[in-house]
Amino acid sequence: MKLTLKVWRQKSKDHSGSFENHTVEAHDHMSFLEMMDVLNERLVSEKKEPIAFAHDCREGICGTCNMVINGKPHGPLGGTTVCQLHMREFNDGDVIAIEPWRAKAFPVIKDLVVDRSSFDRIIQAGGYISVNTGQAQDANAIPIEKDTAAQAMDAATCIGCGACVAACPNASAMLFTSAKVNHLALLPQGQVESPRRVRAMVKQMDEEGFGACSNTGACEVECPKEISIENIAAMNRMYVSAVIGSQDEV
Amino acid sequence: MKWIINFLTSSLGQKLIMSLTGLFLITFLLVHLIGNLQLLANDGGESFNVYAKFMTSNPLIKFTSYGLYSFILLHIVQGFVVAWNNRQSKGSRYAVAAKNTNWAASNMAILGTLILVFLLIHLYQFWFKMKLGWIAPVTIDGVEMSNLYATVSEAYRNIGFVIFYVISMIVVGLHLSHGFQSAFQSLGLNHKKYTPIIKGVGTAYSILIPLGFAIIPIWMYFVR
Amino acid sequence: MINLDPKIPKGELGEKWSQYRGTMNLVAPNNKRRIDIIVVGTGLAGASAAATLGELGYNVKAFTFHDSPRRAHSIAAQGGINAAKNYQNDGDSIYRLFYDTIKGGDYRSREANVHRLAEVSVNIIDQAVAQGVPLAREYGGLLANRSFGGVQVSRTFYAKGQTGQQLLLGAYSALSRQIALGNVTMYNRHEMVDLVKVDGKARGIITRNLLNGKLERHAAHCVVLATGGYGNVFYLSTNAMGCNVTAAWRAVHRGALMANPCYTQIHPTCIPQSGDYQSKLTLMSESLRNDGRVWVPNKVEDAEAIRKGSKTALDIPEADRDYYLERRYPAFGNLVPRDVASRAAKVACDEGKGVVSTGKAVYLDFASAIERYGKSAAHSKGIDNPGKDTVTKLGEEVIAAKYGNLFDMYVKITGEDPYKMPMKIYPAVHYTMGGLWVDYNLETNVPGLFALGECNFSDHGANRLGASALMQGLADGYFVIPYTIGQFLSKEIRTPKISDQTPEFEAAQNDSQARIDRLMNIGGEQSAESFHRKLGKIVWEYCGMSRTEEGLNKGRALIRDLRKEFYADLYVPGTSTEFNPELEKALRVADFLELGETLMVDALNRNESCGGHFRAEYASPEGEAARNDKDYTYVAAWEWNDTDPILHRENLEFENVELKTRSYK
Repeated sequence: MKLTLKVWRQKSKDHSGSFENHTVEAHDHMSFLEMMDVLNERLVSEKKEPIAFAHDCREGICGTCNMVINGKPHGPLGGTTVCQLHMREFNDGDVIAIEPWRAKAFPVIKDLVVDRSSFDRIIQAGGYISVNTGQAQDANAIPIEKDTAAQAMDAATCIGCGACVAACPNASAMLFTSAKVNHLALLPQGQVESPRRVRAMVKQMDEEGFGACSNTGACEVECPKEISIENIAAMNRMYVSAVIGSQDEV
Repeated sequence: MKWIINFLTSSLGQKLIMSLTGLFLITFLLVHLIGNLQLLANDGGESFNVYAKFMTSNPLIKFTSYGLYSFILLHIVQGFVVAWNNRQSKGSRYAVAAKNTNWAASNMAILGTLILVFLLIHLYQFWFKMKLGWIAPVTIDGVEMSNLYATVSEAYRNIGFVIFYVISMIVVGLHLSHGFQSAFQSLGLNHKKYTPIIKGVGTAYSILIPLGFAIIPIWMYFVR
Repeated sequence: MINLDPKIPKGELGEKWSQYRGTMNLVAPNNKRRIDIIVVGTGLAGASAAATLGELGYNVKAFTFHDSPRRAHSIAAQGGINAAKNYQNDGDSIYRLFYDTIKGGDYRSREANVHRLAEVSVNIIDQAVAQGVPLAREYGGLLANRSFGGVQVSRTFYAKGQTGQQLLLGAYSALSRQIALGNVTMYNRHEMVDLVKVDGKARGIITRNLLNGKLERHAAHCVVLATGGYGNVFYLSTNAMGCNVTAAWRAVHRGALMANPCYTQIHPTCIPQSGDYQSKLTLMSESLRNDGRVWVPNKVEDAEAIRKGSKTALDIPEADRDYYLERRYPAFGNLVPRDVASRAAKVACDEGKGVVSTGKAVYLDFASAIERYGKSAAHSKGIDNPGKDTVTKLGEEVIAAKYGNLFDMYVKITGEDPYKMPMKIYPAVHYTMGGLWVDYNLETNVPGLFALGECNFSDHGANRLGASALMQGLADGYFVIPYTIGQFLSKEIRTPKISDQTPEFEAAQNDSQARIDRLMNIGGEQSAESFHRKLGKIVWEYCGMSRTEEGLNKGRALIRDLRKEFYADLYVPGTSTEFNPELEKALRVADFLELGETLMVDALNRNESCGGHFRAEYASPEGEAARNDKDYTYVAAWEWNDTDPILHRENLEFENVELKTRSYK
């Protein structure tokens, strides 16, 4: 199939960007990124600068790849990362617009590559259980109800790709933050420091410049791991009770 | 006390304000509609005028109404602040708009602004005139009161106003269609078993309430 | 010849580690604060090591070339992690895990290391659960287990099909906590491009800041490498695109030895290649072999018809199917170890029975499992005489609950429904058992340079069992290096802060700059990617699942030619002082070219077949691998030399297990 790509090119954070048109020949069985590889290979052979895009595992789990394809983070297929998207989802003659994640807290590094270190800082603010190596008791000492463990697992599947922020008209990071907050709060091991965690993580999220949630639900539609906004509701709940119920005054 | 400010100015705190004020306004709409349906009573406006008098003179209602004014104001101001900040956070938009949310959900600020315009006109037409005593009096059961009914029915004799009200109610309905369930989500009430019920009630509410309001001018224009 | 002393502690096998740990030299807390440690790589081994060393009070600097420590390829491990917990009461024990691992590794690993691994395996599960890793549970709330290839007990813990992800996120969260506490300084998007030695000891690294191309010097009292395996030397592998050997190979250039590079694991269940544009292969978890049956058509004509598209799997009657693993290995059936399953698939395809147009795929069929589960589900629902449709429906539900996400992934990639049609699979490079040579302390032959996880060679011998990589990475990072590093550092407490303003750092930085400039200035025509692809084809062809002396000699010559071509005709766009992924790739491919040759040399040297290394000349009459214990019970550790890599040996002593022919029949 013959496709026309409108690709966002931007030299760096400090330069302004614009779309550049390319045509490319693709096969059904190619992944979207392989189609981009083929294009880049051609650009290199023409001694032009290839399109910078982030990618690594190419099996939908590392969370590195990030492209907005025709306005949709990770492209048209639900529950899928770009690297798992295959060209059979497109038709001959399609025009495809490819853009980076857009959010103030994710500045563009080059072309389609953005800086998501703000996510790391949210986790560093409290996305962990404070236990040192060697302090653990036997793994079966605390039974955890199967369904609760499964719910925690569902929240924990977040790959930190940032599609939620990219999809959100407000560039809110609530789905990302709440998935971690709720994953840990659902488990007895994590409940202990849950109030402190939720306050710290929300504070960091706000400082990073992410927007506020207006419950549009776009994040859960675009999340490649199909994480539910129930997690956001749970975080809202926990946050209120953590602020009102805590002893400290900040 | 700094914690209260920190709390209410956090992204979650601001949403909480939107949610609580929104829910209050949602409740107000129901009360307002029940009262207004008296416009349809076939008694020459008597019951409606009595009701209007009651609503403006009862001390408890008066007190509540100050709450209402401040909540409306808070909802508006906070809404604009959130919308502005969110725009800043997003930066630029995508070249192609995707359909990953319903239109109302991502355009609450626009809908809200339209409602604000409606509200200002609506208040000027009735509430303001009533407050300043610009409405001609009528005597019912020996009590003198403003003949608000006459003002309303005169307004609704103008087809332009009828259309304006009906369109405004569609806007309110859209705003409610997202706002209702959104308020619960912001409060942290999302549950596999109960959320479908909340959403169902929300949809019904956002259709029935505006419909109820819209029927009044239509009825008064065509039937009366 | 370098004296490779493995420094195995004295004592009974089961007592070695605990005795050693109890008598090891310690570094006092006040001294730890003065000691700097560099950890390169933030996968399971690196993140767990950096976090734990930070907790202990050392000053840690951690490096990753990724944009976040959470992206390391440990995240992609699907199936699970082994631990000798014996929660299932099926006869598992530390000794049995040790024995299975030694046997699975085809008697080419160090007894003491493997036993230590089995011992600490139980602590890993405890630690992971305490960190909030949501491992699968039973209704009673206790942890669930499943079985994995090559063993007869259920000792594998898992978190859906995302065990590696969850364990890595656990280690990442522990690391994040130490970053927040200021004990670890994290350097994202920094790639190690050289090791710096001062007075013979590893004292720092040179990194390239991938955002602006700046070379930076980082000094420390010691350096820990946890930079993963080199599977991408094959170009097509299940590794992530970024996985590379550069950090380890730079250490080799500074004197570290590369041990057993020819031990590469070919994973039997991957999605077959579909075209030349293919950039990587996708693994389907080995756990699928618990329920899937592997087969090819009995008749070559049928296979041909399938390849042409005139028949499908469903057209082949039961009698004309060859369930070759069940036939050849009745005791383990479809659950034979990876190397055995992979080779058997190759044999079947070489006989002309492959089932895709390239001729390189076999079926993994869930029809019988669907039927079996369907009947049992119908029975437990009280449905008497269920119809075929009901059985299929119920059975598919059970399969979906167990492997739903894997099946979804398969559909996405191939566009075929594995519930209806058997999956098509073919072996692909997955893991590398070889790696930097380390002693019992995980220290390389360069003092102060440590290697953990897949980066070292230590625990898996010639073949790794499923669900053991996660175990080893975390064992090394959480429970081994935090102790053994003290053996080196306790002698360093009087060493002041290491300065990076020394001639050694200057020289290393200049070397790195020269290598970069050389690549930038070739000004040829071909991209780094195209060289990588060519290299991969050579290594796969001549040093893949089956190797011969002739092929290896030829392959080596081809790689040398390719290396010449690389330095004559490479083209790297852009500049070296900006974000330039093409330059990153070129630097990595340059190192792969040298490693690829060493791989061939090692395979050529090892005149036997063992584990992942199969030399066609050394096979039993039935085609099974034939080891040569008399001559090759040693670790082959290679010193890099451009003309001919130099071999150093560490003889393996087996005091507790008897060397047997591995049989899964």
